[in-house]
Amino acid sequence: MQKYSVFSLVKNALSNHENWDLAWKDPTPKNEYDVVIIGGGGHGLATAYYLAKEHNITNVAIIEKGWIGGGNVGRNTTIIRSNYMHDDNALFSEFGMDLWRRMSQDLNYNVMFSPRGIINLAHSDAQMNTYARRGNSMRLNGIDAVLLNREEVREIIPMADFSENVRFPIFGGLMQPSAGTARHDAVAWGYARQADDMGVDIIQNCEVIGFDVSAGKINGVRTSRGDIKAKKIGLCVAGSTNILAEKLNMTLPIETHLLQACVSEPVKPVLDKVVTFGAGHFYISQSDKGEMVMGGDLDGYNSYAQRGNLPTLQHVLTEGIAMMPFLSKLKMLRTWGGIMDMSMDGSPIIDKTHIEGLYLNCGWCYGGFKATPASGWTFAHTIAQDRVHELNAGYSLNRFNTGHLLDEKGLGTKTWIS
Amino acid sequence: MLHIKCPHCGLRSQNEFSYGGDATVKRPELGKEISDKDWDNFVYNRKSLRGKHWELWQHLSGCRQWIKVQRDTATHEIFKTLKANEEIS
Repeated sequence: MQKYSVFSLVKNALSNHENWDLAWKDPTPKNEYDVVIIGGGGHGLATAYYLAKEHNITNVAIIEKGWIGGGNVGRNTTIIRSNYMHDDNALFSEFGMDLWRRMSQDLNYNVMFSPRGIINLAHSDAQMNTYARRGNSMRLNGIDAVLLNREEVREIIPMADFSENVRFPIFGGLMQPSAGTARHDAVAWGYARQADDMGVDIIQNCEVIGFDVSAGKINGVRTSRGDIKAKKIGLCVAGSTNILAEKLNMTLPIETHLLQACVSEPVKPVLDKVVTFGAGHFYISQSDKGEMVMGGDLDGYNSYAQRGNLPTLQHVLTEGIAMMPFLSKLKMLRTWGGIMDMSMDGSPIIDKTHIEGLYLNCGWCYGGFKATPASGWTFAHTIAQDRVHELNAGYSLNRFNTGHLLDEKGLGTKTWIS
Repeated sequence: MLHIKCPHCGLRSQNEFSYGGDATVKRPELGKEISDKDWDNFVYNRKSLRGKHWELWQHLSGCRQWIKVQRDTATHEIFKTLKANEEIS
């Protein structure tokens, strides 16, 4: 594989950039693989990469119905953080932060990781107490957290509304300085390019039609491009999890919901942090192109539409304008929607299933992008070793049955009801 | 914007309603022995169908009645609405 560097850039510039190698191949599916990963999104591509890199399993195929990186990894708000209170979430996410910090070097691909910091705003004394508790929990797990008072927040984000007569005054906030953003497409492409180089077959335009299961064991998968035998199959299909689960006669603690995001027209640099509104559900950052990237609540009903409705967008942006009034002057450039695999406690599932050789990775709710490397790493371990790693032990499928929920937000079983 | 025909009030905008999830899930009978699996299915497990889906909505900013709505989860088209006590046929 051609290494990307300043030298290769100069060298290829001399030949008008016409001789670059293909980043990944377009192979015809073989009859049999050791492992088949279903879903060529961030998590699926990362899983294949770590199977090859960490476990030397290279007879692997990724099968993808559309094109790689065309789902949620291509349409998120790129936020990366590990500001969780519960140990299972905190340790998993912080392990991921380490992978993020090394990712551009590991993948020889600039993922533009930008650890600019995230601030969760607090709008009451009670919320400040809650954030102090969360910050302390984070620090006990080795994650950086700083509790900011009103004046400290004002110094960092003076464009927020600090006037006296607002409905939700800013009392302060909790900051994780090491959180940030990354270039989402580059993450998918970087993993794809390295996985392909190590021998993984990336098979696009290949839809899963059914599964070959006998005597409680998985034998292969039936696809629009023929039957493929596999000893092990990993499901990484996010919002389409329920559709494939139905083909396996499984009913999962997952509902598929619609989440919208939007960007404004590009403006000069104004905001160098990720900021979340604490009195509702709204978050904002500024992209390298200058667009304000914004998101918030789910539309609130089951949907596979990948496009949203205006009432939710209006609701979310009302919160945004309450937090940063200057946003009302901006024109909207683009809005989009993606389908989220909402789990019943708001935490993901990375586990084995009752079918031997079938592994499940789903339930990412609002936070799939930031989990990409840690999810791929632990899922690869779970598949390769046929047992969960201690980092994803809490993300078990049977926790709903045993009552060991990971209810980070304390919202109960219907995480989409706000 | 969804437009939902409330069986009590007529066609209203989505803003007046709140969502209540899968309408085909039935609470296990009271007073009967319930297995953990049945309880698990009732509380957590959902089919989350792609296509026609019967679901509960509440006309929160209207008559406040719960209703049943048959909606396509891929196109958002609404086919039928029923009062809460009407059986899905």
